[in-house]
Amino acid sequence: MEYKLTAPCAAADLAPLRAGDTVLLSGVVYTARDQAHKRMMEALDAGEALPFPLEGSAIYYVGPTPERPGQVIGSAGPTTSGRMDGMSPHRLDLGNKIMIGKGKRDAAVKAAVRRNGAVYLAALGGAGALMAQSVRSLEVIAWPDLGCEAVRRLVVQDMPLTVILDSVGGDLYESGPAAYLASL
Amino acid sequence: MRTIPAAKLTEAVAALCIEANTRLPADVQAALDAARAAEPWPLAKTTLDLLWSNLGAAGEAGLPICQDTGMACVFVELGTDVHIDGDFEAAIHEGVRRGYTGGYLRKSIVADPLRRGNTGDNTPAAITVHLAPGDGCTVTVAPKGFGSENMSRVAMLKPADGAEGFKKFVVDTVRQAGSNPCPPVILGVGVGGSFDKVAYLAKKALLRPLDVPNPDPYYAALERELLEEINALGIGPQGFGGRTTCLGLAIEQMPTHVAGLPAAVNVSCHVTRRATARL
Repeated sequence: MEYKLTAPCAAADLAPLRAGDTVLLSGVVYTARDQAHKRMMEALDAGEALPFPLEGSAIYYVGPTPERPGQVIGSAGPTTSGRMDGMSPHRLDLGNKIMIGKGKRDAAVKAAVRRNGAVYLAALGGAGALMAQSVRSLEVIAWPDLGCEAVRRLVVQDMPLTVILDSVGGDLYESGPAAYLASL
Repeated sequence: MRTIPAAKLTEAVAALCIEANTRLPADVQAALDAARAAEPWPLAKTTLDLLWSNLGAAGEAGLPICQDTGMACVFVELGTDVHIDGDFEAAIHEGVRRGYTGGYLRKSIVADPLRRGNTGDNTPAAITVHLAPGDGCTVTVAPKGFGSENMSRVAMLKPADGAEGFKKFVVDTVRQAGSNPCPPVILGVGVGGSFDKVAYLAKKALLRPLDVPNPDPYYAALERELLEEINALGIGPQGFGGRTTCLGLAIEQMPTHVAGLPAAVNVSCHVTRRATARL
């Protein structure tokens, strides 16, 4: 199935999604990867505000290449999500609803996805030029000293994504290969 | 004796950094295209088509193929009859600095592994020099992304593990990596030597074009067998399931100790980049 969604999203918007479905995502997406996640954790521990509202948010694990003059964004494919596993359940419990990245997640993330009616979507790894095509605007909103790891507010249109983890326990990284092997 | 000004080396490295990051080598493109044609599973075929489209999108927009423009691994085959006029290593680092800054490539290098801190210009390069007879100078820039690099492994196997134990180690490495290294992957495999040399062999194997088998028929056969076993795992493009898990692999071997069987797998992805110039 193919779904069109606009972020921020509520759990009800995400409930129909199942592992293997395609999502064309529009709306606001925030970028945050390793160092930004660490600083967000430190801010929360210190009782400080985060650079963006977590409620219903979509977070994309990406560190784009620098944009050339006249370009909205450089190459912008996903980084490996597993490095954020230790910090993601906490974000999900605080309202984050869509995680965008690539690669396996651990059991704690899977449980937090189910508990919160969230989803984990895959962008195409190694296809940064293609992913960049759906980005309409970009603004660095926090920690510019982090360079490619700074937090950016993106407005995207019809960003092509694949559902990996759904809110009922589905995991395409298990079911996809199993289905292919069963077809042989 | 032939003299090459260090500035020429800098110019070449800068141009190669940009070329490697924006245009996939012909052999890797051909392997991806062949995989698209042979892939029987619909979602896998669609996914490979999108990876193919990305190459066109990068070309049209002048964008890097992948946002992880990598650690700049620079390999120089240097003739012993060549004199480099100037600081050899500094010239290479300067080329990386210019290529990554002027080419709008991502700066992904931290100055210290534990204390971190981005160097801001993607230096230093990871330089490997090989001396050769004559007055040639061949420079290859192979930018390496770390989504796949992180899935690489070294093992000190037992001699009794033999070819079967070696094959199991390679296949297990791909199975464990699963969706993380952006499959379909490309593998550089080293076997023999010592703890450090085997890792170098694996890295060196990634420089060999995918359509060139190991010159030793025994190892060429092992390469084919491993490719078949890996493509029976079902991981598929991006880990979504399918036939195409690995586009190609190369094994490099060397003599080793009576007590050892070192093995290494350097995992790379469908964006395995390299560009070469002769000075």
